[in-house]
Amino acid sequence: MAEFSVQLDRVSVSYGTNAALRDVTVAFPKGAVGLLGPNGAGKSTMLKALLGFIPPSTGRLNVLGLNVAERPLEVRAKLGYMPENDGHIPGMNAVTFVAYCAQLAGLPKADAMQRAHEVLYYVGLGEARYRNVEEYSTGMKQRIKLAQALVHDPELLFLDEPTNGMDPKGREEMLELIRDLAHNKGIDLILSSHLLPDVDYTCDYVVVLNKGAVAASGSIDSLKGDAGRMFEVRVKGEPAPFIAALTAAGMECMETDEDVMRVIVRGPAAARGEDQRRICGLARQSGAQVRHLRASVSTLEEVFDRAVDAP
Amino acid sequence: MSPIHDQSYRHYAGSRAPLGSAWTVIARTGIRTLLARKWFLAVLLAAYIPFIVRTVQIYLVTMYPTAGQLLPVDTKMFMQFVEQQSFFIFLVTVFVGASLIAADRRANALQIYLSKPLLRMEYIGGKLAILGAFLAFVTIVPGLLLILLQVAFAGNLEFLKANLHVIPAVVLASLARVVVSAFTMLALSSLSKSTRYVSILYAGAIFFTEAIYGVMRVITGSSRVAWISISANLENVTDVMFRQPPRYDAPVLVSVLVLLGLLVVSISVLERRVRGVEVVA
Repeated sequence: MAEFSVQLDRVSVSYGTNAALRDVTVAFPKGAVGLLGPNGAGKSTMLKALLGFIPPSTGRLNVLGLNVAERPLEVRAKLGYMPENDGHIPGMNAVTFVAYCAQLAGLPKADAMQRAHEVLYYVGLGEARYRNVEEYSTGMKQRIKLAQALVHDPELLFLDEPTNGMDPKGREEMLELIRDLAHNKGIDLILSSHLLPDVDYTCDYVVVLNKGAVAASGSIDSLKGDAGRMFEVRVKGEPAPFIAALTAAGMECMETDEDVMRVIVRGPAAARGEDQRRICGLARQSGAQVRHLRASVSTLEEVFDRAVDAP
Repeated sequence: MSPIHDQSYRHYAGSRAPLGSAWTVIARTGIRTLLARKWFLAVLLAAYIPFIVRTVQIYLVTMYPTAGQLLPVDTKMFMQFVEQQSFFIFLVTVFVGASLIAADRRANALQIYLSKPLLRMEYIGGKLAILGAFLAFVTIVPGLLLILLQVAFAGNLEFLKANLHVIPAVVLASLARVVVSAFTMLALSSLSKSTRYVSILYAGAIFFTEAIYGVMRVITGSSRVAWISISANLENVTDVMFRQPPRYDAPVLVSVLVLLGLLVVSISVLERRVRGVEVVA
């Protein structure tokens, strides 16, 4: 069995003269992988290239060990795709639509109908399954897109901005579904999103795209670890000399909207309490009183910012 | 603690159809959906009125041969029948075909279809099969039934032996209309998200070319420019198939080339427009 669900080898994709992906080489491990990036980074383009919608100008794409260019039907038989834009088959109610999608994926009619009912219940549309899809709210449309992607029991799911337009409760439920699929139902998935908390909550691994290239990739824990050790500090007195002292000592200092600043200490892990002692020492030297000092956990947002801001 | 029996999502372990058969799902579903519409059934039934009239004609001529002087049952009668069905071909093409791809484009359904294990060619094939099946139902089926009824009423094969070319002529002349109408309409349907606009485009393509030909005929005083009209090209080809004297001065080869050109353009349009992703350059 392949170690990676998806592999891209020097893949470039262009829309006319605009390069959407530039010589991308990356492997997505099995499990739940977040595909992060600002708008226009190339996330959706990458998913569409993996589906075979857009042929790459150069490079090779492999999904579940199959070459997309050579075996597109076999690839798509194993994939479920939840597109970013609303999409449905016109004139059908939800259960007919989802069963139709199952039949398109090769399921016999009776099985397709049974699966459609089951999957619609799973995504929370059981009570609304006989309503026409065109009458659905935005949140319901997101759910039915997930249902049609799931109905043929794919090995790998591509979810493109699955929580777009959902209210907070619906978003929470959608994220629970995604997390359940990846962690309890054994379905590998790639979650493309610009919403960092969504990826942080559902995924174990992340690929950050920026301007059509991979800016960072790795497990979320390790990427957060690379960010250094972070501390929240609040001082009384003039902060400028303190910040200058921190910077001179090789530490990074970020001021937040509140009066708390974030101090990042890089380099090999120090003995327990050593970093805090150094920060307090520097404060004393620069005439500032430390009123609050607490170790903080690096967030995915910081990982993302660093990757995207890197030259 | 995990639940004793989790019913929330089950993996599927049943059978799957072989790859390459998804177009049949599109065709079957499309045909079934249309047959559920009463107004469409009415159109299909109306398309059989000429068939009933011709059946009565064949019956009368067989029972009362003198009636044949007024209403002859010959090759020309079968040709006229095929051409009379053009009106119903137009209706069915507009009613069935206009929405086939346009509605899918409006609902962003192409990305759903093409993310499933089917090729663009299969999608187009499925849609063509829907329109083609109904067009065949109002052309080839009644045409062949009329030939069978002639044999049944006469109780012998004399007419058929003397006019054996009628069978392939009915099939090919009908098929030419089915193929040209289906491909043209499907290509137009892929160009827009509005079913109404597609219907107008199709009607325009048929009537505008006919009108231009009419004007040119008056100006030039000749029917050599008949190749401008889609309908005239089909009639020109039909004359040859039924071994009738040509009614236009335009060479048949030119008509064939124009019709083939129309097909090539339609296929090219479909190839460009039916995609999982719409690229705006």
